[in-house]
Formats: sequence, C-alpha cells, structure tokens
Amino acid sequence: MGGHFGHGHDVHDAAPVRGRALRLGIGGPVGSGKTALTAALCRALRDELDLAVVTNDIYTTEDADFLRREAVLSDDRITAVRTGACPHTAIRDDISANLDAVDALEARHPGLELVIIESGGDNLTALFSRGLADRQIFVLDVAGGDDVPRKGGLGVAAADLLVINKTDLAPFVGSDLDLMASDAARVRDGRPVVLNSLRTDPAATEIAHWVRAAVGAAHAAAS
Amino acid sequence: MDASLLLLADARLPAGAHAHSGGVEPAVTAGAITDVPTLLAFLHGRLTTSGLVTAALAAAANTHATHELGTRTPDATASNTIAAHTHSGCGRRAAANVAAGAGVGGGWEVLDGEADARTPSPAQRRASRAQGRSLLRAVRAAWPSPVLDALVPLGPHHPVVLGAATAVAGGGPREAASVAVFGTVSGGASAAVRLLGLDPLAVHAALAGLADVMDAVAAEAAGYAGRPWAELPAASAPVLDLDAERHARANLRLFES
Repeated sequence: MGGHFGHGHDVHDAAPVRGRALRLGIGGPVGSGKTALTAALCRALRDELDLAVVTNDIYTTEDADFLRREAVLSDDRITAVRTGACPHTAIRDDISANLDAVDALEARHPGLELVIIESGGDNLTALFSRGLADRQIFVLDVAGGDDVPRKGGLGVAAADLLVINKTDLAPFVGSDLDLMASDAARVRDGRPVVLNSLRTDPAATEIAHWVRAAVGAAHAAAS
Repeated sequence: MDASLLLLADARLPAGAHAHSGGVEPAVTAGAITDVPTLLAFLHGRLTTSGLVTAALAAAANTHATHELGTRTPDATASNTIAAHTHSGCGRRAAANVAAGAGVGGGWEVLDGEADARTPSPAQRRASRAQGRSLLRAVRAAWPSPVLDALVPLGPHHPVVLGAATAVAGGGPREAASVAVFGTVSGGASAAVRLLGLDPLAVHAALAGLADVMDAVAAEAAGYAGRPWAELPAASAPVLDLDAERHARANLRLFES
C-alpha cells in the first residue's frame, strides 16, 4: 500500500474508459471559479476534442446559462442537473442524475471524448465518486483564505489536480501563494498543483495541458 | 421485511430520489406547506391520492414481474436462473401469456400506459420516468435479472420499475406497495426539512403518526394486484398536478420535481 500512495503515484488510477468519453469532475467551493475555468477549458479544447459539459446548479440553471451565453459549446452539448439541496450527494452518494445526463449526452454525440462534470459549489470534503468521474480537479481561490490548503479536506488532498485560482487577487487579499503551494504539496503527497489566473492566462494553458494528457492517457489505456 | 427490501426502501439507495421533493417544493413555493402540521396534512393528502395510485401500480408490476420470473420463490438465485430460461424465446412469451391469461393485462408497455393515463401532468410524467430510469440502473446493479433488463428499452415509470424490483428482490405485491408508500412520504418529508429548516425530530414524529395510514394505503393498493390493470385506482390530486407544472417553469428551484 505504501508504494501505491508514494510520491509521484496517483491514488486515482486511470479508470478503464472502454470506448466512452473520459469524465472529468471539476469541484470546489462556491465562487472559486469552476464555471469560468470550465468555460476556458471548453474554449481551449473544443477544436481538438469532442466534448460536452454537465453542470450541477444549486438553485438555478445559472451555470449552464452562463456557458450557453458565452457560447463555449453548442447548446446541445451543455446539460444542467438539479441536486435537491445537496450538491455533494449528486456527485458522490447518489450519482444517478449525473450518470443519466452523461448517458444522454453520449447518446446524442456518439464520438464524445471528454465530458466535464462541474459540481455545484460545495465544502472541502466533497469528492466525486469514481462511479461518476474518472479524473477530478479541485478548485480553490486565493480569496478564500491562504490557510485552506493547510486545513486540507478530501477535495484538496485527493483530487487528481488541485488548482489554486485567481492568483492575480493574492496581493489584494493578503494571501501568501508560496505558503498555499507548499501547504498543498504537503497534504497532496506529490499530486500536481497548478497556480492559475484567468486574468493573465485566459486559456488556462497549464490546466488544459493536464486535461489533454489525461484524455490521451485514458484513451491509450483503453485501446 | 427482508434485508433486500429494506435496501430497496432505503433513502440512501442511489436511485436519484434525493433530487425530487415529491411535490413538496412546489407546495412550499405556493405557500401550502409552512410548518410540520401543514407538511403532515400535505403528506396525508398525497398518500391517499397519488400515493395510493403509485402503490397500486407497484403492486401490479410486482405481480407481473413475478409471472415473468416464472416462480414465486424468494430465493433470488433460483428465480434468476428460471428467469434466464424464460427470458429467451418461447419461454418468455409463455410466461407473458400466463400473465395475460391470469386476467392481469398485456405486457409492460400496457401497464406503463396505465401509469401514463393516471399522471396528467407532463412534468410529473417526466419526473416519474427519470426516477424510473435511475432506479432501474441501481437495481440492475444490485439484483441483476433479465426481467429488469427487459425494462430498459421501455424506460418505464418509477412505480413500474419499483414493483418489478421488489419481485426480483424477493418481495410480493404487499411489500411493493409498502416500499412505494414509504417512498411517497419519506422523500417529501426530507425535502421539507431541507427547504424550510424544519425540526427533523418533529418531522419524524409526524411520520410515525402517519404509519397506520401508510399501512392501510399499502394494504388497499396491494388488493389491486392480480386484478385487471384498467381497474387500478385513479385517485387524482389536481393541485399537485398544477403545482408540478408551475414548478417545471420556475426559475428558482432546488428539486427537479
């Protein structure tokens, strides 16, 4: 077991994809920038990957509407599910509404290579079920407090990629980016952390690169 | 009740129920539910109208699935083996004919049509089919059976799947009706706790007070099993139907239905 969790190894082994799209979960607290990141990834990847998005809105279809308004993908590639006041339940304990949404998207677009499932904003213990997401990104923002990585939580510690977002705000909110990065590295046992600002890098270059590699690896493993 | 049936009734069964309020969110929005007594009155009304219909459909589906399984043995392995034989070719048709010959009705699509006919609100029909699809995914994983597999192309209503699932899990029509009735009440109650911040202890005390009514409704519903499907109860709750339609058009909502 020690080797499995050792430095440089990933607790989330790439799930067998068997001819279906890779499902990428994007989770994190309310307001950390999940939807803007999802939009950026869609813009960065839509010309090279066949992709679709499922949003888990808490109270409205705001997130799906935002993505449609921004026209990051055609409307029939964006689906919203409702979560019955329990956003974490919909991505973890009872994933059926999300599975249903993914199934419908795959039926509509048989060649899908990537489905991004954006969670409703949730707390630090929320983690995507492996029955729903093959890989997952957890998004924190610097304005949420630079002690959040130290406090850990399942999302911070176990997600395949941790994004510390809105780094351009750090000087204004007094957050110490180096501290956040080193605290995150300590609880994440070598799993990657990316510091991101869509203001300075609207294409989310490093994260898009990671997603591209994850899709490539999953499809290589399945073929 | 067997452990399998308790698993089937459990709100933690990953079958999508948590995103549906059973009409409670629309009623809260309309101002009809504001506290525990009004919740209790709502649940009592729903139980004796759409709850009875749902439970009777589940009981009928249970009887039909038991015919399809070709046996009433509670031993899941044995029934699955028999079902595997009856599912293919003539055996399956023979089993269906037994069901038809018993005066029950035709195939699953006929029973599903009876559910359609008793669900005048399109939003409720969509919600019922969505929950049926999710339940089918969960029960096929938990209790694999060709009888359940055969329901996939139809995408039937929730009580139809629930009735079939209780049969595959070893229960009869009375158990199917009980599980259906329990789901009618418990899902709505938990939605009210979340929406209004009601005291969960007070809500459960109210539910305990409803237990006799729940049992009576389940017993009445189970009495329809084996009778022609056209005679299944059709009690309606028009305000629930109207609220469901309004809810489907609302901008702000936490629950799918």
